[in-house]
Amino acid sequence: MDLNFNQADIDFRNEVRDFIKTSYTSEMKAELRRSKNGSASKDLHVKWQKSLYEKGWIAPNWPVEHGGPGFTTTQNYIFETEMAHAGVPRTVPFGLSMVAPVLMEFGTEEQKNKYLPDILATNVWWCQGYSEPGAGSDLASLQCKAEDKGDHYLVNGTKIWTTMAQHADMIFCLVRTSKTDKPQSGISFLLIDMKSEGIDVRPLITLDQSPEPYQEVNQVFFEDVKVPKENLVGEENKGWTYAKYLLEFERGNSYSPTLYRGIEKLKSIAKETSIGNGENLIDDSDFINKLNKCEIEIQALEFVELRIFSALSAGQRVGPESSILKTRGTELQQKLQELSVEAIGYWASPFVYDTFANINEPSIGPDYAMTIAPSYFNGRKTTIYAGSNEIQRNIISKAVLGL
Amino acid sequence: MDFSFSEEQTLLRNTIQSFLQDNYDFDSRKAIIQSEDGMSKENWQQLAELGLLGVPFSEADGGLDFGPVETMIVAEEFGKGLVIEPYIQTVVTCGGFLRRASESQRQEHLSKIISGEEIWAFAHAEPQGRFNLSDIKVNASKNNDEYSLNGHKCVVSGAPWAQKLIVSARTSGDQSDKDGISLFIVDKSAEGVSLRDYKTVDGSMASEVTFENVKIDSSSIIGEEGKAYDLIELVVDETIAALCAEAIGAMSVLNDATVEYCKTRKQFGQPIGKFQVLQHRMVDMFMQYEQSVSMTYMVNLKLSEDELERRKAASGAKVQICNASKFIGQSAVQLHGGMGMTDELNVGHYFKRLAMIETQFGNADHHLKKYSSAS
Ligand SMILES: Cc1cc2nc3c(=O)[nH]c(=O)nc-3n(C[C@H](O)[C@H](O)[C@H](O)COP(=O)(O)OP(=O)(O)OC[C@H]3O[C@@H](n4cnc5c(N)ncnc54)[C@H](O)[C@@H]3O)c2cc1C
Repeated sequence: MDLNFNQADIDFRNEVRDFIKTSYTSEMKAELRRSKNGSASKDLHVKWQKSLYEKGWIAPNWPVEHGGPGFTTTQNYIFETEMAHAGVPRTVPFGLSMVAPVLMEFGTEEQKNKYLPDILATNVWWCQGYSEPGAGSDLASLQCKAEDKGDHYLVNGTKIWTTMAQHADMIFCLVRTSKTDKPQSGISFLLIDMKSEGIDVRPLITLDQSPEPYQEVNQVFFEDVKVPKENLVGEENKGWTYAKYLLEFERGNSYSPTLYRGIEKLKSIAKETSIGNGENLIDDSDFINKLNKCEIEIQALEFVELRIFSALSAGQRVGPESSILKTRGTELQQKLQELSVEAIGYWASPFVYDTFANINEPSIGPDYAMTIAPSYFNGRKTTIYAGSNEIQRNIISKAVLGL
Repeated sequence: MDFSFSEEQTLLRNTIQSFLQDNYDFDSRKAIIQSEDGMSKENWQQLAELGLLGVPFSEADGGLDFGPVETMIVAEEFGKGLVIEPYIQTVVTCGGFLRRASESQRQEHLSKIISGEEIWAFAHAEPQGRFNLSDIKVNASKNNDEYSLNGHKCVVSGAPWAQKLIVSARTSGDQSDKDGISLFIVDKSAEGVSLRDYKTVDGSMASEVTFENVKIDSSSIIGEEGKAYDLIELVVDETIAALCAEAIGAMSVLNDATVEYCKTRKQFGQPIGKFQVLQHRMVDMFMQYEQSVSMTYMVNLKLSEDELERRKAASGAKVQICNASKFIGQSAVQLHGGMGMTDELNVGHYFKRLAMIETQFGNADHHLKKYSSAS
């Protein structure tokens, strides 16, 4: 065990820092700072991801043979830490870290060749069609069906909460291909072109009230949508296995680098926030103790993450322990958002309809305060999506503790 | 001791409930928020006709001569309806100051509040002062019989709709001295008053208010020059008591909605309310609510006690309400799953209102400190 960086690591860190300095432009920073739900315009995401792609760093967790950079555990740690510290846009996960690992493991050679390069280069935008109005936590009860019509499937039904579907070129869907006693065994994993006839995407506005086209989620309707047979991944009716495989990638990433960034931001807010009597919030020991308690919990999570990830090589999944990361990561993120709202006091109150549209208007309170309340409201999603935290605890209790 | 409501009080509650039933379903409220005014003048007029705008004022002043318990009933019911119209700002806070104002000021102003002609807002908080009631930089300097007012008040709730403002200003002393603060009645249309109006995250409205050499006649001062601090603290405690009542109204809706949803929403072949972990969460929400109701009664019954007792009661109640608001608001969203995240469902709107009540006139940390210093 050793926590120190060697010279090569330090050189690598400088390289990452230089890259960020040149690629994460001030326009990007300005736009992202105004986001109420963590995402920005499609252009921004694509531009950023393409610059990472050109550097060879877009997919740190992919195996080298598919275009991963082959980072060591230490390099990956440095990479994530530096990126989070700089507050760069998150990499949209649906292609890179959800459907791609499934294709690598279960796809045909043809599918790998067709889809993986475009995912890597962000030429094609993906979204995730798992949840339905009647099938959330109980995903296996999904009803959206695909009927075998010889050379194609005919898809009818709906998917809901589909993040950024308005930007997507492709959707990976769980569909019902057979009605069996055990709902899990009649599900298939299907790739659908969003431009197919019969697909309708309707926005759903969330608590942060980001307006169209900045909405986070949508409902997607399928009416007699024809999908070529070759778009089936793996075997028909075996989709549940692939779906679960994907979920461990969805949940099993590291949260602590971004959380540390949250702590830094909060400390700088506390330094700037006057609380009367000539004092600033940073002088308030009640608040600072809460902040430090949070930081200690983040460190505890960080070392759990490091222990887990250092035992894996690229492309390997975490296993049910990913639920620990998801549960603690999201709860700490929410705690930080809660403390941020507390920190800014009355400045939580002003509402900005469209933060991007108002880019030239001075904000009502301090600039940093503008998105804090909507981010807190929006952040409640993190303990609901990707399998709610209640479900994560069920998984740990069953799959890890054997209860 | 008696915790039952009188017939008259029950009647009052019923009146408000039927008003809200007729005028304030979720869609009507949404339409009000999206309207140009951002509130409903018709509703305000109806509140006047029902006598509700006169609840705390004496009969001599044209009011109903009711006490804190009746104000609590109104605020609680308004909390259930998520009422946008600035009742607490106008009637409880500004009304609270005016009730203690001079005979001639009461005569001049109260009838206009009671009749619904005027809306008032309390301009007190300043960017540097946060929740500290005595940290006042807005300055009023006296010249013969006139004051000249200068400075900036932030997030003045209800100001976009108001005709009149009650403004706290420093007439002497250092920035955070309790001594030397005075209260002024200021016409919003007076020269030198400028506002930047905006919507707030809970559907209401507020303003940044700037004063630039605003001339105020010395007859517009409430109480004695430089001696307003105690009165501000008293009226803020009364406002906190009403906000607590509004909060328990909102909590009760969230708890009912959550229990109902968990009985009907099915996953894994059964209502999600059958999962024990959710049952326990709802039980905790219920217990938090019951304790909040109790603390709200407590503070409203103790508003007339001596200063120290009253301050302790207000801060204690606010701490309970802040913690319960957070827990109940967050849990309600969580238990509704994705639906809880939508703007379409009422749950999120109650959650956001409760989050703002947490901040208004001091959050849990602030009031815990106040409580400790009063103990
Ligand atoms: C912002 C956002 C983005 C999303 N993006 C996507 C996306 O891109 N693609 C996609 O497919 N889906 C997406 N989702 C959907 C998400 O995965 C579901 O919301 C989630 O699985 C919960 O399902 P539900 O909303 O139907 O809630 P429900 O399953 O109805 O759950 C309601 C409540 O019951 C609890 N509960 C349910 N079952 C149990 C149990 N057995 N034990 C204890 N408690 C239980 C839940 O924890 C929750 O608190 C997104 C959701 C949100 C909010």
